[in-house]
Amino acid sequence: MLSRTASNLYWMGRYLERADYTARLIEATQRLAALPSSYGGATNAWESALASSWMTHAFAETGMAITEINVGAFLTLDPGNSSSIRTCLETARANARTVRTALTEEGWEAINAAWLEISRYGTQLDGREALGPLLDMVKHAVSAFEGAAQRTMLRGDAFWFINLGSSIERADNSARLLDVKYHLLLPRGENVGGSLDYFQWTTILRTVSAMTAYRWVYRDTVKPWLVAYLLILNRQIPRSLASCYEDIRRHLDLLASQSGKRGPAHRLAAAGHAKLTNTSIDAIFSEGLHEFLTHFIVDNNRLGDAIAKQYLF
Amino acid sequence: MTGPPAFDEMFGMGSGYATAGPLFDDETTINASYRWIREWLYHSSPAVLAARKRQAELFFRRIGITFAVYGDPDAAERLIPFDIVPRILARAEWTRLEKGLVQRVNALNAFLADVYGKQEILKAGIVPADLVLQNSGYCLHMAGRTPPGGIWTHVAGIDLVRTGPDEFFVLEDNARTPSGVSYMLENREVMLKLAPELFQHVRVAPVETYPEMLLETLASVSPRGDRAPVIVLLTPGRHNSAFYEHSFLADKLGIELVEGSDLFVRDDVVYMRTTQGPERVDVIYRRLDDAFIDPLVFNPASMLGVPGLMSAYAAGNVTLANAVGTGVADDKAIYSYMPDIVRFYTGEEPILQNVPTWRCREPDALGYVLDHLSELVVKEVDGSGGYGMLIGPQAPQATLAAFAAKLKATPDKFIAQPTLALSTCPTAVESGMAPRHVDLRPFVLSGRDGVKIVPGGLTRVAMTPGSLVVNSSQGGGTKDTWVVDDWDEPAEGGL
Repeated sequence: MLSRTASNLYWMGRYLERADYTARLIEATQRLAALPSSYGGATNAWESALASSWMTHAFAETGMAITEINVGAFLTLDPGNSSSIRTCLETARANARTVRTALTEEGWEAINAAWLEISRYGTQLDGREALGPLLDMVKHAVSAFEGAAQRTMLRGDAFWFINLGSSIERADNSARLLDVKYHLLLPRGENVGGSLDYFQWTTILRTVSAMTAYRWVYRDTVKPWLVAYLLILNRQIPRSLASCYEDIRRHLDLLASQSGKRGPAHRLAAAGHAKLTNTSIDAIFSEGLHEFLTHFIVDNNRLGDAIAKQYLF
Repeated sequence: MTGPPAFDEMFGMGSGYATAGPLFDDETTINASYRWIREWLYHSSPAVLAARKRQAELFFRRIGITFAVYGDPDAAERLIPFDIVPRILARAEWTRLEKGLVQRVNALNAFLADVYGKQEILKAGIVPADLVLQNSGYCLHMAGRTPPGGIWTHVAGIDLVRTGPDEFFVLEDNARTPSGVSYMLENREVMLKLAPELFQHVRVAPVETYPEMLLETLASVSPRGDRAPVIVLLTPGRHNSAFYEHSFLADKLGIELVEGSDLFVRDDVVYMRTTQGPERVDVIYRRLDDAFIDPLVFNPASMLGVPGLMSAYAAGNVTLANAVGTGVADDKAIYSYMPDIVRFYTGEEPILQNVPTWRCREPDALGYVLDHLSELVVKEVDGSGGYGMLIGPQAPQATLAAFAAKLKATPDKFIAQPTLALSTCPTAVESGMAPRHVDLRPFVLSGRDGVKIVPGGLTRVAMTPGSLVVNSSQGGGTKDTWVVDDWDEPAEGGL
């Protein structure tokens, strides 16, 4: 496969994942912000949403006030924001168009339809009522692409590069989300739960669509250390770091099985995976959750660079 | 704007119709091969026709079959209007065209081999030497060279127009990088979806074998005969107006779609950069103009090409399709000599006629053209896409005057032709059916095993009443083109 094609597919996977994550983040934030302040309806909910997509600085540059409409518009339709949903879908679609031949017809149509849909919204958010349908559309579109890819694509390097991109992005998103809320996820036994914290934690779970999963796994009330465990170490949750690294390793192994070659990316992925397998939530808390997540994000970026280098992007 | 009286391919000479009315009169004479089309239209209310049109547009938009119009920022991805009424050629008509096309493309290849080789046609005084050798399309780097397999124009698009039952003319030879074949293929796909019932009654020759024929053609000219060649399609990238077609063809052919930066040359061998390291490339189907393919030899500012490509080509290690330097055969002044060129190389009378052409480089011709400017079509000798041409009968006085000045300043750059009454075909318009002018571009493939043509081609249609300009860059549309073997007798009650 052409290196440029591989690079385009990998980044397409990343951008689609980012669009989906942003849509979920906005939805969860809307719920949180809508609560009465006695229930933790924090006025800083949108500030926190910006922080967990690492957009605080970029948003500040627009000079706008932090309100639902402003932040919502910035994260969804703003063409000036290089990570807005619109920009993500546009870039993913441009990448797909360039490597049209590496995708199946269904895969391409799903991604092209997503772009056509989002471009109907223009670049200005038409009030808060427009947000709901827009976010639903984005989630459906990304699922439609994944479904089409899953059902129609050859199990070969094109498929694996897309999945590699989405797994790396997903790991990055989950880690950033946790990092922003880390001060809430205190070690067991300390300062457990006012209602404010409860809603903050469930916001995290909702953002990664793991609210129901939490109930199934723990059949317990929402406890911060369990939330952290779920999103870092539980391999059953598709957005947990452990689960992402299992996927990353698997796709890198499949690529190696085709080419017969392994390289630095394989070693880094194995190391990252081992780290998640051989630790416990207690160990993570005693290292410091923030430190753990910061290291993870740095290592994850390093893995991304190693993949690019190894496959000559 | 009204056009000249034209031959209508469905109703015959001189029919005028502007609404649905005359189409469905039993007394109307009709070209027999169109009878099922008439039945089909008869049973389609305007609402049904409109719905079909929308369905087709949705299909094209969804698969992303778009093109860009240069100089129009709003048209980065525009749909080419698709007309749902197919254009029909009876098998006998096609057979004659096919023979003519094979003859003409053989002559084009022989001409190119000659002008870059022994130059016999120049020595014989058939074509003026200065017209060829000083032509902007003549590539000095190719002088004395023979491309692998001796084929120059592997894919030629010969533009044909019709003016009567048996009168076909070649309007242009596109020997460089003709585009439009993806529309030929997709138009058929959409017609099969929109009107499956029609195909049950009318036996239409399939066009879907084109990708396989193209692949065979490209493989046949590989410089290394001993193994399965690695073939790639070289595109200028996704901002090119025909990018959709490039990706579409690469997909259908199952070959890599590469940009210049994906290729590199080492020791006169071309490689592509893959995730597994460099892979040797044998044949490049390039959809990039000569001027851009190698910045070391041609335009040094080109970021689209591959440095060293020409030296690998000269070393015989890679085949470029089409060959470099075929533009000289595209030239419209050279075109005017085509009947002589066909006779010179084939020893036969040309089967396809040329449109009479005044070469403005000749003083007598220039004088005539200036005197009759308002009756003529004037084209740039190296122009394409309908850019920069004058249609005398439809041009305002000021444009005529401006063109006359241009002609006097640089007569070498222009040719003129009479305004032909291009044939019309019924076309769905807002008010129902109306005649619109059409042309036809068949795609002619030349490989080591000879010349092959898929039955049919791309029919382009001028969507504006009376307009003779069918180019998509000027708002023209397309139709599915049917070469029809035979058909059922329409039964009572039709479809």
